[in-house]
Formats: sequence, structure tokens, C-alpha cells
Amino acid sequence: MKRKKAFSIFTSATLAIGLLAGCSADKTSETAKNNGEGGGGNVIKIATQSPLSGGAATLGESIKLGAQLALEEQKEKFEKLGFKLELVPYDDQADPKKGVANAQLIGADQQVLGVVGHLNSGVAIPSSEIYEKYSIPMVSPANTATDVTDRGLKTVNRICARDDFQGPAGAKFAVEKLGAKKIFIIQDKTAYGTGLAEAFKKGAEEAGAEIVGFEGITIGEKDFNGVLNQVLAKKPDLVYFGGMYTEGGMLIKQARDKGITVPFMGGDGMDSSTLVEIAGDAVKNTFITSAAGIATTTEAGKQFAEKYKQKFGKNIESYSAYGYDAMGVLLKAIEEAIKANGNKLPSREQVAEAVRHVQDYEGVVTKVSFDEKGDNKYAKIYIYKFEEATYPARLEDEVSK
Amino acid sequence: MVEHVLQTLPQVVIDGLALGAVYAIVALGYTMVYGILELINFAHGEIFMTGAFVGTAILLSFSAFGWLSSMPILLALLLVLVATSITTGLLGMGIERVAYRPLRNAPKLITLITAIGISFLLQDFVRFVTELKKGNYILTGPSLFTEQVSISASSIWSGFHDASVKSSFFIVLVTAVIMMVTLDFFVNKTKWGMAMRAVAQDRETAALMSVNVNKVIALTFFIGSALGGATGVLFAIQYGTIDPYIGFILGLKAFTAAVLGGIGNIRGAMFGGIVLGLLEMFAAANLPIVSNGILGAEYKDVFAFSILIIVLIFKPEGLFGKVSVEKV
Repeated sequence: MKRKKAFSIFTSATLAIGLLAGCSADKTSETAKNNGEGGGGNVIKIATQSPLSGGAATLGESIKLGAQLALEEQKEKFEKLGFKLELVPYDDQADPKKGVANAQLIGADQQVLGVVGHLNSGVAIPSSEIYEKYSIPMVSPANTATDVTDRGLKTVNRICARDDFQGPAGAKFAVEKLGAKKIFIIQDKTAYGTGLAEAFKKGAEEAGAEIVGFEGITIGEKDFNGVLNQVLAKKPDLVYFGGMYTEGGMLIKQARDKGITVPFMGGDGMDSSTLVEIAGDAVKNTFITSAAGIATTTEAGKQFAEKYKQKFGKNIESYSAYGYDAMGVLLKAIEEAIKANGNKLPSREQVAEAVRHVQDYEGVVTKVSFDEKGDNKYAKIYIYKFEEATYPARLEDEVSK
Repeated sequence: MVEHVLQTLPQVVIDGLALGAVYAIVALGYTMVYGILELINFAHGEIFMTGAFVGTAILLSFSAFGWLSSMPILLALLLVLVATSITTGLLGMGIERVAYRPLRNAPKLITLITAIGISFLLQDFVRFVTELKKGNYILTGPSLFTEQVSISASSIWSGFHDASVKSSFFIVLVTAVIMMVTLDFFVNKTKWGMAMRAVAQDRETAALMSVNVNKVIALTFFIGSALGGATGVLFAIQYGTIDPYIGFILGLKAFTAAVLGGIGNIRGAMFGGIVLGLLEMFAAANLPIVSNGILGAEYKDVFAFSILIIVLIFKPEGLFGKVSVEKV
């Protein structure tokens, strides 16, 4: 009994000492680091926030890797200016709570001068409130919801197109080019899916099509036969799905199994290689509208895809190049802010202002000029068609504003 | 309106049966464990999910070795079903040994908590392994039994529309029926089945009558989990794509099915599962039509669960359950 007690006292004492030692060691190393780098004055950190785990990790990781590539390429240039670039990737898990918590951490870290992110509009909207509080500029590669920039925040910018442009562009294509007269719409009840589906509905009705159904599904379900039976009964010319690729893939597959052969159409949430993996051959005759252009259509894009593959051993995803360009825009603004500040470290407010003033930046996939809201004037909607079960799909049409 | 509902009825019934069969076999696992231990094994949904992953992994490695094309597809299915059910059966026994047996005399709430703990553990373990192997936790297996079979329901009555199904539907249904009938036979007609029923009725007295209670309980977990795992394989074949979180919603619904049929009653669980599957499919296909667009298809679960509540209000022991008399 006595020995047991002595042992427990001994172990807790060791633990306590260990903890103390751990803390103090941390502190000393931190101060050492700060001293070594002249009080931390010449480090510029750029954060990325995207889902690195969870169902949307394929797309989230591509944003991070694209941004990482851009940052590493420009490291040398900034070193010549006397600054050390650092990437701090955060995982928002496609969860607004996590995104906001990360945003608080980013805001507290005085060395962070900008954020590239997010993937999901539902996460970007609450997180950007925090960025605004700390005046950290955000350049979004992928958020299409109208609310992202419509709130008029000074720090929020995006280089991709908006949903109130994507939905109608898809609708116009469906009605005019595909000749769809009766359209059935399914959406996944999220901010993204419903918003896009409603924008599409409005556009389709204006273009003269009849909406024969507007139904919702639940995320996480695997059996969509119930909704598809309605589709079967209504015999539409086209089925539109507002949602992400997991449900979209299952939906297309089960629809084809039921003998629904009409074309499917979806938004940028379906623009992923996982869609093809899930749906398999059933993906043929599917159209997607995307705010993301294929990078490989231009010479610069091809080079980018090669570099990306070489560095990360992976093929580019739809948002890889947008992550790259978003980082590019941010770094260009930081560079200009540095110059305007007499080659000294600019404040966050100065960087935010410089970002908004970026004009005619030539990226790999898109040219960037921000309007007063933070939307990109040159953003385009691309329409793709899956003719084979391979990713990426074939570019069918481009719509600019 | 009525005409519309009738037109799609054959297709709705067929889809509902396929979903209901899956619910029914998963519900069997809940009901067996509850019948014997009065314990709700909330990890059962995750055992089902693990089965789906193990089965898909085996199928994927079969096709990687090229065996899938060289052997008869039914034989491959049988091999996968057997291998998966043994794996998940052993897993179920292990869970019982680690998480439930040490707590057998503890309050019910405590075992409920360990059950939930085990289910999170399994979810994250499967997710970890899949992400390690594939970098993405959504897994799509090779597609088997994809031929379309058309059922000309319109020849029975002209108001019906023709229905079409994938041939995997028949595989799911036939396998499910075989599993359910075998289990029913096992529990009602064999010596071990009798021992299980004896333990269910009174654990102490059964022990006095030289029934090895621990063995019987372990066997119950083995059979229940093996069935759950095999159902996972059927699910993966029918729907193709699986992720580590499929067990949660499905487990909840299968549990509901078990309650609907009268928890603890094996035939009740089968019936409850089929009824729930049919109801859900019917609601998803017809709610907007019947309610004139006020309620969308996404309210199908509310509809199914409302029926459950109504049944439980008026017949709290479930459709097939017997009113239990408190043991004195």
C-alpha cells in the first residue's frame, strides 16, 4: 500500500516537472527565434484555410497545395526584399465553427498578413467577419455565394465568379444549347446548394423553361431512389443538382440505374475527380458549370500543371490553379504595399487596401481586377461536359459577364 | 393525384423493398442483443459500416488480382460474404468481451456510453485506414450485377408504369431472405437457439440449468455482428459508394425498425425493417404530390418517424412485441 502511494507521488512529481520543463523550454525557444529574426519583424506569414480532412478534402487540399506552390516560387524574390515568407495552413474541416476558431488564431498571430481560402461559402462568411475585425485581407479562390462579398467588407475578395452569375449561366446553356423545356431541380438543402439551385431556377424560368420539380435531399444519405422516382414520373428533359460531388455522384449513378438517360447538370461543387470515381460510367452526359477554368488550356496553365505534378505527385484539381492565383494576387499586393511603405513591413490595413487595388493581374487561369465589392471583374463561368468517365471533363462553353 | 401515386407504385415498392431488406437485417442485430442482454448495442451500425468496408476491400483486391473476371461472380460474392461475416462476427465478439462483459452488472446507462464510444472508435479507425490507403475516405467498389431488369408492371394493370431494377436488387433481397430465414430457424429449432432463448428469459436460472451464459452471449454477438457485416457487403454492392459515417443514420433507422416491430422480437425486426423501408420510399416519392408541394421529399424521415411515434403511443410494445411482465 505504502509503496503504491510512494509510486504515485513519484509519477505525479515527474509529470509536474516535465510539464514545467516543457513550458519553459517552449518559451526560451520562442524568444530565441524572435531575437534571431530581429524581433520577428521580417517574417510574413500567409495562412490558408480549406478543408484538409473530411468529405471535401480533395478540393480543400488542392487549394492549399496551389497556394503553397505560388508561395515557394516567390520566396526568393521576397528574401531579396528582406522578408521571409511562410505558409501556415489551417484545416477548417468544412465546418463554420472550426473556420471561425482558426480565424481567431490567425488574427492573433501578428505576422499573418493575408489569408487564402476558403472552399465553402458557409465557412467563409462567418470567418471573414473575424478577418475584418483584424483587418486581414482574404482572397478567396472558390467561394461563389453572393453573400461573401455582398456584405461590403473591406478585406474580402474573390477571384472566382458568383452564384447569381453561375446559376443563370448554366440555365441559359441548358435551355438554349441543350434545348431543355422541362427541368427537374434537386438540391442538398445547404446554403450553397439551395442558393445555386434557386439562381438556376430563376434563370431557367426567365429563359422560358418549365420547372417540373424542386426537391431536396439530405446530406449523408445514400439512397436517393425516392426523389428519382419523382423524376421518373415527371419525365424532364434535364435534371439539375445543386450540391456537392458525393451526393451528386450517387444521384447520377442511381438515376442511370433507373433508366433516366436525360442529361444531368450541376454546379462547381460537382467539379471533382471523385465525382467520376463515384459515378463511374454513369457520369457520361453530365454537364457542370464551374467557376473554375481548366488550367491546361493555356501554355502557362500546362506548365503549372506539370510543376504541380512534379512537386506533389498529384494531378491538379479544379481549384489548384485558383489557389495558386489567389496566392499570387495576395503576394503581388503585399509586394506593392512593401514598396509603398518604403521597403518596410506594411500593416495589415495597408495590405488589405493594396489587395483591393490590384488591377489586371495575369494569373494562370484568370485575370484579376477587383471591383469596389471585391469581386473579380474578369471572372468567368465555364461549362464542361463529361463524355467519358475521365476527369477533367471537356470544356464546352465559356461565359463572361 | 391518386393516378400519379399509382403510376410510380411498382417502382416505389421495389426500391422500398431493397432498402427495407437492408434495414431489416441490421435491425436483427439490435433485436438479438436486446432480447438477450436488454442492452442496446449502439455500435451495431458501425459494425455494419466496417462490414461494408471489409467487403469492398476484399472485392477491390479480387479485381486487382484479376480474379473477379476469372471466377463466377456469385462465387466471388459468396466468398466475400463469408469472409466479411467472419471478420465482423469476431469483431462483435471482441467488442462484447472488451466493452460490455466487464460492465455486465453495471447500470444500463454505462454500457450505453461504452457502446457509443466504441462506435466513434470504429468510425475513426476505418476512416484512418482508408485515408492512409486511398487519401480519401469515400470508397467506391467495383460494380457488380449491373444488368437492368425491366418489370412490366403495366401488363398487370395498365395504370402502373413499368419498373426497372438493377439485378443487384435480387441479390440483396434473396440473400437477406436466406439470412433471415436461417436465423429464425437457428433460434427456434436448434439447441444453441434454445439456450439463447433461455438466457433471454432468465440469465441466472439458465446458468443454473448448466447453460454457459458467457458462451451464449458471445455467440449472440457473433451472429448479430456477422449478419450486420454481411448486410454491409450487400449495401456496398447495391449502392456502390460507402463512407465511414454510413453506419450512423442507417443504424438509427434500423434501431427504429426494431422498435417498430417490437424490440427483442426477431420476426418483428424483419417486419419493422421492411415496413420502414417501404414507408420511407413511399414518402420520398409522393410527399410533394400528396401535400401539394408543401412538404418536400426531404421530409421522408419525419413521416416515417411520426408513424413510429403513433405506433408506440397506441401499441407501446411494438407491432409484434409481447407486453413484457416485470420479472420478480
